[in-house]
Amino acid sequence: MRPDLYALVAVVVVGLATVVAGGFGVRFSRTTSDFLVASRTVGPRWNAAAISGEYLSAASFLGVAGLVLRDGVDALWYPIGFTAGYLALLLFVAAPLRRSGAYTLPDFAEARLRSKQLRRVATGLVVIIGWLYLMPQFQAAGLTLSAMTGWGGWAGAALVAGIVVTNVVLGGMRSVTFVQAFQYWLKLSALAVPVFVLLLGMAGERTEAARAIGADAPPAFTARSTVNVQTDVVLQVRAPVLVAVEGTRARVDGALVHGNVYWGPGEHSVQAGTTLTFTAGTPVPVVVGVPAENEKWLRPLGGGDGDHALLAIYSLMLATFLGTMGLPHVLVRFYTNPDGRAARSTTLAVLALLGLFYLFPTVCGVLARLYEPQLLITGNTDAAVLLLPESVLDAWPARVLGALVAAGAFAAFLSTSSGLMVSVAGVLSTDVLPPKFRDFRLAAFIAGLVPLLFALSAQSLPISQVVSMAFAVAASTFCPLLLLGVWWRGLTDAGAMAGLLAGGGVSILAVLATLAGADPPGWLGTLMAQPAAVTVPLAFTAMVLVSLVTPRRVPGHTARILARLHAPERLGLTHDRDAATRGTEQPGIPGRVGRHRRPESRRPEPPPSEPHQEATDAVEGRRLHPD
Amino acid sequence: MSDLEGRGTGDRTERWRQEVAHPVQPIARPGPPPKRVRVVLAERKRARRVVRTLAEVEEQTGVGEMLVRSLIKAQLLVSLWLALVVAATIGVLPVVFFYVEDLGRTSVLGIRLPWLVLGFAVYPFLLAVGWVYVRLAERTEQNFVNMVED
Repeated sequence: MRPDLYALVAVVVVGLATVVAGGFGVRFSRTTSDFLVASRTVGPRWNAAAISGEYLSAASFLGVAGLVLRDGVDALWYPIGFTAGYLALLLFVAAPLRRSGAYTLPDFAEARLRSKQLRRVATGLVVIIGWLYLMPQFQAAGLTLSAMTGWGGWAGAALVAGIVVTNVVLGGMRSVTFVQAFQYWLKLSALAVPVFVLLLGMAGERTEAARAIGADAPPAFTARSTVNVQTDVVLQVRAPVLVAVEGTRARVDGALVHGNVYWGPGEHSVQAGTTLTFTAGTPVPVVVGVPAENEKWLRPLGGGDGDHALLAIYSLMLATFLGTMGLPHVLVRFYTNPDGRAARSTTLAVLALLGLFYLFPTVCGVLARLYEPQLLITGNTDAAVLLLPESVLDAWPARVLGALVAAGAFAAFLSTSSGLMVSVAGVLSTDVLPPKFRDFRLAAFIAGLVPLLFALSAQSLPISQVVSMAFAVAASTFCPLLLLGVWWRGLTDAGAMAGLLAGGGVSILAVLATLAGADPPGWLGTLMAQPAAVTVPLAFTAMVLVSLVTPRRVPGHTARILARLHAPERLGLTHDRDAATRGTEQPGIPGRVGRHRRPESRRPEPPPSEPHQEATDAVEGRRLHPD
Repeated sequence: MSDLEGRGTGDRTERWRQEVAHPVQPIARPGPPPKRVRVVLAERKRARRVVRTLAEVEEQTGVGEMLVRSLIKAQLLVSLWLALVVAATIGVLPVVFFYVEDLGRTSVLGIRLPWLVLGFAVYPFLLAVGWVYVRLAERTEQNFVNMVED
């Protein structure tokens, strides 16, 4: 495949811009108090765009459209869940979490329940969830680069991992709110502009398209198409098709084949290394397990085994609705809100921005079904968005739009991976690495290397599906910890620990087994691929039951902490990090940023006047959030 | 800071303590201290009472504990109600589509109903629920603040 020059230039520009912005950002984003300074200058709208910019990952940008192409209307539950997760966050934790002053999830666990052990477990979970989330980002990067240049998948994965590690070591763009906010608008336009252009471009063939999409037949090839099968697949064929088979290792249905073959209705296996060529108008053979006919694809639960699909959807809903609040890179962004009320309005704006964005992947998925059904053969549906401009238009419009889409995709990898990497490297360097090796650069390197190795070795599943597994682990661990920690006085450290271990243990085992290739038939397989339906109730039950039998372990300061979480800042109970880092109070003494301080705290903080003050500040900031 | 803290132990001196305790070590600073401006928000009498209620809120004694408990309960009720609304609408959609198969074949404005609902209508709905929540939660907080200050 020829390297696509336009797209390569776009990717290089996005990559360079990100690194430069990261290096520039380092100058004014060193410590936690920089976040606080930012919090006084950044309004909810910018903040919401920044949160959305960091949140919309490859799973949203590429994965959703790919799943729509493959699974049809059922795939729409992914973007709904990714958005509704912010509603759950708004309803139950946004304002209290901001008021808690906790900067990371382990911080919250320790502050609420006064347990070092709990902090350690929470730290481990942050690392695991972060890696689970990073892995598909790297895989998607490899996919994007190989779609553009024909290089192997490892090249793109290693490139993005390298850029992100460099960027995070340089200072990380994560604290630069404006860069992240810009990334949101870049991603939105990188999908919206192509969608509008393509819809205009196909205006003439609209009725025909509408008929084709509703037909009771599989989609048909729009032109003569050649497909390289790179992993073994089993295809379902409805009507006899003629296919030209090539390749030195070409094996179809277990036999070495060369030349034209007739496939009768039924299932046919094709081995990796085979090249298939179909003529225009041939119905597309579709990988097994997904709806083949467009008519079924259009209908909810049209894929066949109805009740398994229903369970999968509900499990996915639990994972995504409840998992968002437990993602390591989401919480820290809330710290840039000046107070709990602002945290609420920011979350509301995030709901609007995400809703707007997710209209476009859906349309992309439908267009992909019409124009690039050949992706259904290889199962490589995550490439749908990237290849769409080329399959609908030709000449330079296709190139320019393709470059725009590639730029958006790279923005998606870089922003999300940076946010996750900072979170993971942060906890690695402060809580996990032995004191001798507490170096943030080393931590960043490890934080990037491990998921990269996973990305290269693990089975390649659809991006959104892997990401939803990370959501499932978050929903089975941090969600119950946050919900019960914020709303229930009776939570104890023992209960929290039991819940984290039970929910986390089972969900992580299930997810790892699925990634390793396990796919048992029936209910077990459905639940292993998306375990939230079992593990979320399990975690809640364990947390509540163990807390109830250990009532003496309820921390003595519970009532005071709850008052602080729920009382509006105007009353002055909130205990903020700026106060803590500036040494105005000792631990245990509740913060009193009293009523009369309010107008003053709105203004940007004056620079610290004393050198020793600044030093404490930097040390403290580094310990809490080393970027 | 301990020298400053020594000055105030009771509720009445609380305001004093806040004023001297911020912003940071006036004593350690070399040279003449910056001019301190005293901000008076309300009449003294009222302010003192507010401070006492505040302390009760924080220490969870007497009236304070009751106020905080009722605030948390009210907020939780708002959140649970709205979560229930979402569960009873969006949450039942998969089952509805599963049992009422004809819904999947119905078209509105040339688009199949499930696509219209799941691909578009869900998002404004989520936003509306969020907006209602923010309104209700802020009202609850305002009531709480009013009660503390009365």
